[in-house]
Amino acid sequence: MSIEKIWVLAEPTESGPVPVSLELLTAARGLAGTVEAVSWGADAASLAGAVGEYGATTLYDAGDLGGALPGAPIAGAIASLVESGNRPDAIFIPATYDGRDVAGRLSAKLDLPVLTNIVGIADDGGLRTEHAIFGGEQMVTARFNGGAPGIYVVRAKSFAAEPSGGAPANVVAAPVPDLGATNSARIDARHVEERSGPSLDEAAVVVSGGRGLGGAEHYELIEKLAKLLNGAAGASRAIVDAGWVPYSHQVGQTGKTVKPNIYLAMGISGATQHLVGMKGSKNIIAVNKDPDAPIFSVADLGIVGDLHKVLPALIEALQSRS
Amino acid sequence: MNVVVCVKQIPDPAAPATLDPNTHTLDRSGKLILDDSDSYGVEMGLQLVDAAGGGDVILLSMVPNGETSGLRTALAMGAAKAILVSDEALAGTDALGTAKVLAAAIRRVEPDLVLAATESTDGYTGTTPVQVAELLGMPSVTFAKKVAVDGSTVKVDRQTEAGYDEVESPLPAVVTVTAGVVEPRYPSFKGIMAAKSKPIETLSIGDLGIDASQVGSGGARQEIVDVRKAEERGAGEIVEDDGDGFRRIISFLEESKVI
Repeated sequence: MSIEKIWVLAEPTESGPVPVSLELLTAARGLAGTVEAVSWGADAASLAGAVGEYGATTLYDAGDLGGALPGAPIAGAIASLVESGNRPDAIFIPATYDGRDVAGRLSAKLDLPVLTNIVGIADDGGLRTEHAIFGGEQMVTARFNGGAPGIYVVRAKSFAAEPSGGAPANVVAAPVPDLGATNSARIDARHVEERSGPSLDEAAVVVSGGRGLGGAEHYELIEKLAKLLNGAAGASRAIVDAGWVPYSHQVGQTGKTVKPNIYLAMGISGATQHLVGMKGSKNIIAVNKDPDAPIFSVADLGIVGDLHKVLPALIEALQSRS
Repeated sequence: MNVVVCVKQIPDPAAPATLDPNTHTLDRSGKLILDDSDSYGVEMGLQLVDAAGGGDVILLSMVPNGETSGLRTALAMGAAKAILVSDEALAGTDALGTAKVLAAAIRRVEPDLVLAATESTDGYTGTTPVQVAELLGMPSVTFAKKVAVDGSTVKVDRQTEAGYDEVESPLPAVVTVTAGVVEPRYPSFKGIMAAKSKPIETLSIGDLGIDASQVGSGGARQEIVDVRKAEERGAGEIVEDDGDGFRRIISFLEESKVI
């Protein structure tokens, strides 16, 4: 079965499509002759240039959602397109909060299966997906054996985004149908947490802290080191759950996937959940007092020792250089 | 107010996980325990029922083999009763098949609210609760870090990339909660004793009017075609800190041209 057409969910942000959607457009371009994007928002049409530059020829615009959570209405808009006979071979969806909602809704609506946590897609007589399991120890290859379109939820940074230099996509309205109660969750207010320095996604250096810090008050050492290295401060799920730092810092399965040049894991044991989100880093430096901590199995440089001695000494040494 | 909390019984995550060499599905043949991620939903449900001044927390779980030990843990926390959908035909069921089973069981209860974790610890597909909501015709709010019920409305602080959104939805609705939404209680001795006599209603898929072709590995419409060891990272250098550890890090950063 040859793959002719792939749709990519181009989730809008204030600064254009979310980066993973550009990665997915790039991947889709290498797999199918026709790549089309789906987006929404008061000014979705303004994304036509960006998605076109990455290979989409058409942008289906679901329009302004009027404050609705996107999962239900966007799945509704996509299902309407499919039910009208416009049937792609696959739908690629970013593994974001809203992306996962769209995928779940769409799967139930169209009675189609969904594959999630995808880290690679290739065409081998049909699409094959790659999934990292057991903290990245093993790779699984999977495929759909039901009807098209399959729904593919793909993790960020699984592909590199490369522009194709394409013209702006043609904007086609894809209105949200009446969905009754399913489309009744509304956003009343949005809260943005302040951040200084580069974002976790983009930073060349990420410094993350874990339980080994011993308390919320010591996280400022992580922030200080990140700042000295012009990097971003991350965290393990354990200390996010403990309320030491906001969720936006979380690296791992349920948090962000990062692939910086240097990843410094400070007092992080290296639970599966964490390794999945940072194992792709080019270089990993770990400091932990437990010589058997799993983090050392992925570290290029591991220091077995007391974080509260190593970290202040490191900060002081860097400060004296600048 | 009645709250259904979907809970999953999983192999102990502390034990090494293995895939069944024949089916390539996770080996779940050993003892199963309550997924720790689900203890937050159970606690949230108990607190919401308390705040509403009445009602029950009803657990819902699905297994192929009649396992109840995880359910007993959640009953010991204070849930009133449990529904266990147990059927050999369920082995290998995918996320959508699971959602069909859970939705059919929830329809019998007609709850005001359905709670679930954002994703399970063993499978972490993370789509099942929203699929359940769609099948039930309910709204859904995922990634809740705070949940309150006000009359016939649920108010949720929902995590976002940038921070969080205040979201509200009419009931009945499906809400998925993150770890950290509430601090789960430890079952008391009294709770553990009481849980032994709490009712667990066991249903087969036939009782729910679901055909075996919709579930199990046959109904999954997706398959694993290959499993292999991932490329390992080259072994690094692990050194004991003798007061010089920070200098090793400095040298590494210099060699990587970061400083």
